[in-house]
Amino acid sequence: MRKFALIAIPYLWLLALFLVPFLIVLKISLSDIALAIPPYVPKWDWATGFRAFFSQLDFENFIFLTEDDLYWKAYLSSFQIAAISTIFTLLIGYPIAYGMARAPGEWRPTLMMLIILPFWTSFLIRVYAWMGILSQEGLLNQFLLWTGIIATPLTILNTNTAVYIGIVYTYLPFMILPIYAALDRMDGSLIEAAEDLGCSRLMAFWLVTIPLSKNGIIAGSFLVFIPALGEFVIPSLLGGSGTLMIGKVLWEEFFSNRDWPVASAVAVILLLLLIIPIVLFQRNQQKQAEAEQ
Amino acid sequence: MKTKILTATAILALGVSTAFAEQVRVYNWSDYIDEDLLTKFEEETGIDLIYDVFDSNEVLETKMLAGGSGYDVVVPSGTFLSRQITAGAFQKLDFSQLSNAGNLWDVIKERTEQYDPENAYSINYMWGTTGLGVNVGKVTEILGADAPIDSLALVLDPANMEKLASCGVHFLDAPGEMIPAVLAYLGEDPDSHDPDVIAKTQAVLDAVRPYILKFHSSEYINALANGDICVAFGWSGDILQARDRADEADNGVEIAYNAASEGALMWFDQMAIPVDAPNPSGAHKFLNFILDATNMAAASNYVYYANGNLASQPMLEEDVIGDPAIYPNADTIKNLYTTTSYPIKVQRKVTRLWTKIKSGT
Repeated sequence: MRKFALIAIPYLWLLALFLVPFLIVLKISLSDIALAIPPYVPKWDWATGFRAFFSQLDFENFIFLTEDDLYWKAYLSSFQIAAISTIFTLLIGYPIAYGMARAPGEWRPTLMMLIILPFWTSFLIRVYAWMGILSQEGLLNQFLLWTGIIATPLTILNTNTAVYIGIVYTYLPFMILPIYAALDRMDGSLIEAAEDLGCSRLMAFWLVTIPLSKNGIIAGSFLVFIPALGEFVIPSLLGGSGTLMIGKVLWEEFFSNRDWPVASAVAVILLLLLIIPIVLFQRNQQKQAEAEQ
Repeated sequence: MKTKILTATAILALGVSTAFAEQVRVYNWSDYIDEDLLTKFEEETGIDLIYDVFDSNEVLETKMLAGGSGYDVVVPSGTFLSRQITAGAFQKLDFSQLSNAGNLWDVIKERTEQYDPENAYSINYMWGTTGLGVNVGKVTEILGADAPIDSLALVLDPANMEKLASCGVHFLDAPGEMIPAVLAYLGEDPDSHDPDVIAKTQAVLDAVRPYILKFHSSEYINALANGDICVAFGWSGDILQARDRADEADNGVEIAYNAASEGALMWFDQMAIPVDAPNPSGAHKFLNFILDATNMAAASNYVYYANGNLASQPMLEEDVIGDPAIYPNADTIKNLYTTTSYPIKVQRKVTRLWTKIKSGT
């Protein structure tokens, strides 16, 4: 009985917070657009039942997505931006997490606090602050002009570079914390053993530390990659009109075209694309849990 | 459209709300009222006024079509209003509660009838034109004294735009206004709903696209006033507000507004009450307050837009009523055109075209 409850609770959670919303969106994606409140005509109706639903089922909104290259280009470009951001977040986050794990014990709570503290400010305000830093007359340009490194202001705001900076900054703690957790648990004597057996420090890091923190790296990368893929706020505030991301396309479908069915179809595809990394992530977590038992 | 959601969430909550006080929730365009009027309304009626702002018709329309917006008064432009009326988003006004409705101006009422037959669902708040805002000093310095500051060629001829790019050009992020302007430039019917005719605008916009700094529908007021940009294709009153702010700052920036000589869009922002408004009687009180001649004159004197209130005209300041950029004279009016809303299929083509122009994809 207890075992049943243990299994049932996460699945109920999944049902309520994932499957039901997904089915609602799926239903809209199979509907026809209309000028009404809400602006679509559902094909599914409890009164008409399954047979009527299946008899007039069509995937015209999904077919529409394949007819215009905008959509796959946006998916691809989102994928690229999310992947590159994840790599940069890892490159910056790993040394920070490593430094934290190696810091003296009494320092660690303070360092941890410094990572978490910025989260107490609204996400929106932090992204707006980057607009002030990166703009033509912004702090960064003024500093670089003052030092004489550059002669004319750099255009960073409203470019993809600004989007990368925004994503890396925003998601950095999601990378640091799991890696830190993995490194923190690592047994320091393993390094000593490796060095006793003739490893250089660098070799020991590569052969012992990295593999032992692998689960943290994987968890952190997914925690950054998955939300970055559908990111809307950062590209719309920091990116230029040339920044193509699926979140913006979704917004356009929803607001400019008032086409909820097509917007829902875009969202359904995005979700299906995300299921692959989510399943991989889930498997990694499970393996880790089993290894610990 | 990018920062719209964000600017739209800027909330101005006035007065001290208590759980039981009557509330009216108004959703209006940004930079579109004298804020003293909001306090005045609260003092006169004892109603808590919750005033939110947006800067795009699309955002408003999505809220209306989703239903349950919670607003009592909203302000869509004519073409959007007519579509939302068809969708059943608004309730008919109860003119017995609008004792000031007699102040409305017939000339404007006749024109808004094409969007709202018999003006049953809405009253005109303000109207204006879409045209060219120019930093006169910078533009004449770059293009010479005979710069075509009252012609669409200023912003649609790549030869001019190439030179202007160095000082910054903003376009409205509103395809429903920009596409008609390009059609007027091409000598086509600005209100054309023919996809093939609309498609002709792409070549024109693509040619000038590299020289456009930004597509945005509200940032240009400050950018023009500060001298950060030298040309904005935008809304008349917004550009005149920029002119006013530059004057106040005394920063040597001289802004001029011109409706394009090739023809300019005349638009109407209409106040209406959503069908599911929580407080329709409060909404009527707000509309009646706005219809008051003194209040409407104060609003126009503040935001530099013409209004649809005939009785307010004697109270308008000379730089409002006497300025042909705000109250066009008979000659200019001949040059103004109006548009109607696109059918869904055409709307999709227009949005797609606009995305292509903005993002290059």
